[in-house]
Amino acid sequence: MIEVEDVHYVYPSNVEALKGVSLTIKDGEFIAIMGQNGAGKTTLVKHFNGLLKPTQGTVRINGVDTRKASIAELARNVGFVFQNPDHQLFSETVEEEISFALKNFGFEPEVIEKRLDWALNLLGLTQYRKTSPFLLSGGERKRVALASVLAWDPQVLVLDEPTIGQDHQQKENLRQFIIQMESQGKTVVIVTHDVEFVAECNPRVILMREGKIVADGEGREILTNPEVLAQSSIVLPQVAQIFSQLTILGLPKDVIDIYEAKEILLKALKERRK
Amino acid sequence: MAIIETKNASYIYPGATKPSISDVTIKVEKGEFVLITGPSGCGKTTLCRCFNGLIPHFYQGELKGEVIVAGMDVTQHQTYEMAKHVGLVFQNPENQLFALSVEKDVAFGLENLGYPREEMRKRVDWALNLTGIYDLRERSPHEVSGGQQQRVAIAAVLAMQPEIIVLDEPTSFLDPLSAEKIFDVIYELNQKIGITVVLVEHRLDLTAKYANHIIIMDEGKVCFDGSPREILSAEETRLIGVGIPKATFLYKLLKKEGINLSDVTPLSSEELSALLRGVLEAK
Repeated sequence: MIEVEDVHYVYPSNVEALKGVSLTIKDGEFIAIMGQNGAGKTTLVKHFNGLLKPTQGTVRINGVDTRKASIAELARNVGFVFQNPDHQLFSETVEEEISFALKNFGFEPEVIEKRLDWALNLLGLTQYRKTSPFLLSGGERKRVALASVLAWDPQVLVLDEPTIGQDHQQKENLRQFIIQMESQGKTVVIVTHDVEFVAECNPRVILMREGKIVADGEGREILTNPEVLAQSSIVLPQVAQIFSQLTILGLPKDVIDIYEAKEILLKALKERRK
Repeated sequence: MAIIETKNASYIYPGATKPSISDVTIKVEKGEFVLITGPSGCGKTTLCRCFNGLIPHFYQGELKGEVIVAGMDVTQHQTYEMAKHVGLVFQNPENQLFALSVEKDVAFGLENLGYPREEMRKRVDWALNLTGIYDLRERSPHEVSGGQQQRVAIAAVLAMQPEIIVLDEPTSFLDPLSAEKIFDVIYELNQKIGITVVLVEHRLDLTAKYANHIIIMDEGKVCFDGSPREILSAEETRLIGVGIPKATFLYKLLKKEGINLSDVTPLSSEELSALLRGVLEAK
């Protein structure tokens, strides 16, 4: 469990990036943190693994105050994948990159081998095992960064902008993967601008603006509220956009899933024919 | 006249085992807004690096076939010559920012080309305003956010007012509204001053409406080349990892159920909801 209590954070440059944020994330939750550039999203999640410690207020991970724990202890529980993969990749081959943390955590060689194969396979990287991460494309490097964190199987996974540079199929793979994590009781927190991806996943959505949380609730409810979204520079997902223009026909407004949209429209079109 | 033309272009990075692009033959006319898309790793970025001569001059490796940009063979002209005609905005803004202030970064290209001070001032302010970063002009490009860095990189290229602007996923770190503003600016430059735009993007939902030419690549090859409506109507588009706009997808789902809303495939939410209103409101 992650408990954030009235957290303020001031960067050394005196910018106050968080202005009193409170939030509880239970084990097994899937959460999307959204908001415009500079809203404080990344600053907030950096508190989850102790990379940042609050200037004021407290953050507790499984009851432990992050001020009293080292990043190394926290990292075992909370895996963090950065927005820009180049900030975390450094090894000569994909294989070494993924095994690095496993070795540091002191896993047995057989376990490392198994976890490595599993992560390579899951993210479609097996063919690049011996390749330098720096020869890969932007989207592929992003997957290497994700694989290297997944490999040590943290309880909480924080993904900062995981869909950047990913094509349609890889986003679908990522969605399936998150569903799989959820079913194993893992906590998944994504920071994202990708409103279409969030609409497809329908997680709990937390909207931030200027260092504060301005909305917290079900994806379906928040992503179909244009007034709330506009405050955070987010546009309606496309399916919601279509339905926002059909309300005069008596159709519901809170639709974000495309297959649900299809059923509603089929029903309306059939009734029309009668 | 084509402003970019490649004939059977193939390229292998040094140390790589297979070509990143192979046998690419495309034509981009002056004033077009071209969208290049396809699965990640399909060769989009590599192709863009050929347009301003980064390949073969910076990346070495072996470029076969022909790449002619603004009438110049890229193998025969150095990158600094190509830079007067082609501006390239990279995927990762950190790779192109280096100056001590945002303003200096934006002015750098102009300084190199020896523009007079007055003209430089005018163009830099114009580009800073267009991209919404005028207030950041004194800051270091390395202490602003990822999204703001992307705007600096775009402003630096816009300030040069090149004939061709090549943007490789230029807004991936931006929130959707900021991304839309940037696309609107680029579209306006395309419409008003006829600048040729080559945009690499996965998100067709955001960008298909600006383009009049789409090229889809897969495994280093061009597999579709045509108009947006033609390509998005094709059944196969989904198969190669291209996320078609939801409105188009929903239209296709309904079509599979035997409901043909129109013979013209809708590309945007507005187009689809107009079709639906037409059918559902009709008595």
